[in-house]
Amino acid sequence: MDSKLFPEGTQRCGLGKFLIWIAVILGFFSWGLYAAVLVLYNGIGTTGLDNYFGFGAWITFDLAVIALGAGAFFTGLLKYILKIKQLEKIINLTVIVGFICYSGAMLVLTLDIGQPGRAWFGYWHPNVHSMLTEVIFCITCYCTVLIIEFVPLVLEQKQLNKIPFIHALAHNMHINMALFAGLGAFLSTFHQGSLGGMYGVLIGRPFAFREGFFIWPWTFFLFVLSAVGSGPVFTVLVATFMEKLTGKKLVDFKTKALMGKIAGTMLCVYMFFKILDTWAWATGYLPSVGLTFDQMFYGVAYGKWLLWTEIVICGVVPAIMLVTPSIRNRPALLYTAALLDCLGVSLNRYIFTVQTIAFPAMPFDKWYVYYPNWVEYASSIMIVAYGFLVLSLSYRYLPVFPMETKLNYQSGE
Amino acid sequence: MQVKEFKIKWGMVIDIDKCTGCGACMIGCQVENNIAPMTKKDPYNYVQALTKDRDDPSNKLRTLTWMNIYELSNGQPYPNHETAYLPRPCMQCGSPACVPVCPVVATDKNEEGGIVSQIYPRCIGCRYCMAACPYHARYFNWWDPLWPEGMDKGLSTAVSPRPRGVVEKCNFCHSRYLDAKDKARQEGSDPMNLPDGAYVTACTDICPTKAIHFGDLNNPEHKVYELSRSKHAFRLLEKLGLHPQVYYMSEREWVRKQGDNYNAGGGAHH
Repeated sequence: MDSKLFPEGTQRCGLGKFLIWIAVILGFFSWGLYAAVLVLYNGIGTTGLDNYFGFGAWITFDLAVIALGAGAFFTGLLKYILKIKQLEKIINLTVIVGFICYSGAMLVLTLDIGQPGRAWFGYWHPNVHSMLTEVIFCITCYCTVLIIEFVPLVLEQKQLNKIPFIHALAHNMHINMALFAGLGAFLSTFHQGSLGGMYGVLIGRPFAFREGFFIWPWTFFLFVLSAVGSGPVFTVLVATFMEKLTGKKLVDFKTKALMGKIAGTMLCVYMFFKILDTWAWATGYLPSVGLTFDQMFYGVAYGKWLLWTEIVICGVVPAIMLVTPSIRNRPALLYTAALLDCLGVSLNRYIFTVQTIAFPAMPFDKWYVYYPNWVEYASSIMIVAYGFLVLSLSYRYLPVFPMETKLNYQSGE
Repeated sequence: MQVKEFKIKWGMVIDIDKCTGCGACMIGCQVENNIAPMTKKDPYNYVQALTKDRDDPSNKLRTLTWMNIYELSNGQPYPNHETAYLPRPCMQCGSPACVPVCPVVATDKNEEGGIVSQIYPRCIGCRYCMAACPYHARYFNWWDPLWPEGMDKGLSTAVSPRPRGVVEKCNFCHSRYLDAKDKARQEGSDPMNLPDGAYVTACTDICPTKAIHFGDLNNPEHKVYELSRSKHAFRLLEKLGLHPQVYYMSEREWVRKQGDNYNAGGGAHH
C-alpha cells in the first residue's frame, strides 16, 4: 500500500505487519509515557532517588546512551574530515543512532531536573565554571547539528526528492556536510569530556575526584576516549540487530570490521590510560586524603567485581579482540567483543554516577544502596521505544543503507 | 581551588561534649525556616490520590533536615562503649564543592558573611550540588511542600517557602542576619561590626545545653574566634580542602578522629 514510499529498489514487509510492529513499540512507549506523566505531575518523589542518591538510573542511562551515540560524531569525523570512504556505507545509520541517543538523552533530562520549565536558565544564567553548563551548551548545540545532519536523509525520501527544490536543498546540504561533521566532532568531544569532567571535579567525592590538565580533570579525557572506543561498534550492533530483524543484509561485513578496528584502536588507547588513572588514583590520590583502595568498595552492590568487570572483562578483553584481525574478522567474535565493549562503557558510567555518591565520605556515615524503581525503568524504556520507532520509520521509508540493493538483490545471493 | 575569604566570616563551633542529641536544634531549624514536614497524603493533587502515596516522614532519606544529628560511637564493647552526637548544619565551606558546579549560579558564596546561599527561583533542580557535597547538607524538594491543617498558620513571614523540584540548604538563618543588620542601623551602630550575640542562628538560640556557639570567626571579640582556635577544635573532612566554617570541639580523642583528618597526607600529619 505504501510501497511507493520505499527507498529505490528495495522491498519491505506489508503495511499490516509493519503496523503491528509499531503498535508493539507504542505499547512500551505508552507505559513509559505514563511514568513520565507521573514524574511531571506528582514530582520526582515518584522515583527511587533520594537525598543520598540525587543522581541515579536516569543520569546513568543518559551518560551511557550519549557514549554509545558517539559513533555519529567519530564516524562523521573520519568520513568527512579524514576522508575514509568506506564509512559512507554506514554513516547514515550512525547519524540516526546519534540523533536518537542525543534527543533521547535530552528527553530524559527534562524529567530528571526538578524544574523542567527552567531548563533554559543554563543559557540565561550560565555559570562558566561548571562542567554541567558546558554539558548543557554542548548537548543542545550538538543535538541541533544532528538534526541538520538527519534532515538531508529525510529529504532524500523517494517521493520528497522528486520536488526540485527539496532535491536541490538536500544536495546542497550534503555538499556542506563536512562543516557540520567538523562542528559536531568539536561539540560532541567537549560534551563527552565535560560529562566526565563533571565527576572529576568533585573535590568532596574521593571516589571520583581526579587531578588533571589545565581546567580538565583526567576523567574528561577518559570519557572522550571511552565514547569513541565504543560508539562505532554500537552502530555495528544496531546494524546487525536490524539485519536479524529484517532478514536482509544492510551493511557489508568489511565495513563492520573496519568500525570494529576503529573502536578497538581507540579502546586500546582508552584502556591504557584508564588503567594508569585507576592505578594513580589508588596509590597516589587516595592515600593523600587518608583513604585506601579497599574503602572505596562495599558489599556486592558496590563491590570490586564491578571495577574488574569494567576494566578486564568489558575493557581489556574486547580491546584485544577488536585489534586482532583474526578475531575481529569472524562475525560472532566481532559482535561478542562489541557487546562487551558497550557493556563496559555503560558500566563505567554507572560506577561514576552511583558509586561516587554512594561512598560515605564522613567516617560515621554509612553506605546506602540505591535501587531504581519502575518509574525510572519505564521512562528509560520509553526512550528505547522512541529509538525503535525512529529507526523503524527510517528503515522503511528512507534510503539509510546505500549498499542494501547491491547486497540483497544484485549479488545473486 | 581558591578559598574565598571575606572580612566577616560567620561560623559555628559546636561542642560535642555538651551535645545531648536532644534534637531541639533540628526542630528550631524547621520552624524558623519554614521547612515543610513530610505528609503522606496530598489532598490537592488528584493524580497523587489515584496512585501511590507520598513518602512517610519515617523515610529519612527523603525528609528535609537542614540541621541533622548523627550518632557517633567509639566502637568499643561495654563497659568502654561511648557515644556522642554530632549536629550537622551546612558547613558553609570556604572552598565549597557545591558552588562552582551549579550550572545556573543558583548558589553563591560572597561577602554576605561568607554564607553559601541558595537562590530558589533560579535553581533548576539538577541536584549536581547534592552529588558534590560530601556532608549531605543539601536537600531536594521531592514533593510539593505541604503543611498539615493549622500548622500553616505558624509559618514565618521572613522566609520564603520553596516549591517542589528545587534544592535547599541551611543558610545560617540568613533572615536573622538581615534583621540584626537592620536593627544595628536603626540603633546607629555599624551593621558590619555586630557585637557577639547580635546575630545567632535558631539552632544556637534553642540549644538547651549551649553546645552551639555562633559568631564571626574573624572577629577576636566573638567567642567563636577563640573556640575555633582551641586545641580541641576540628573540622569535618578538613583533608579534602573544602575549608568548612563550622568547627567541632571535643576533649575526647576518638571524637576528634571522627573528623577523619588524622590519616591524610600519607598518615603523617593531623
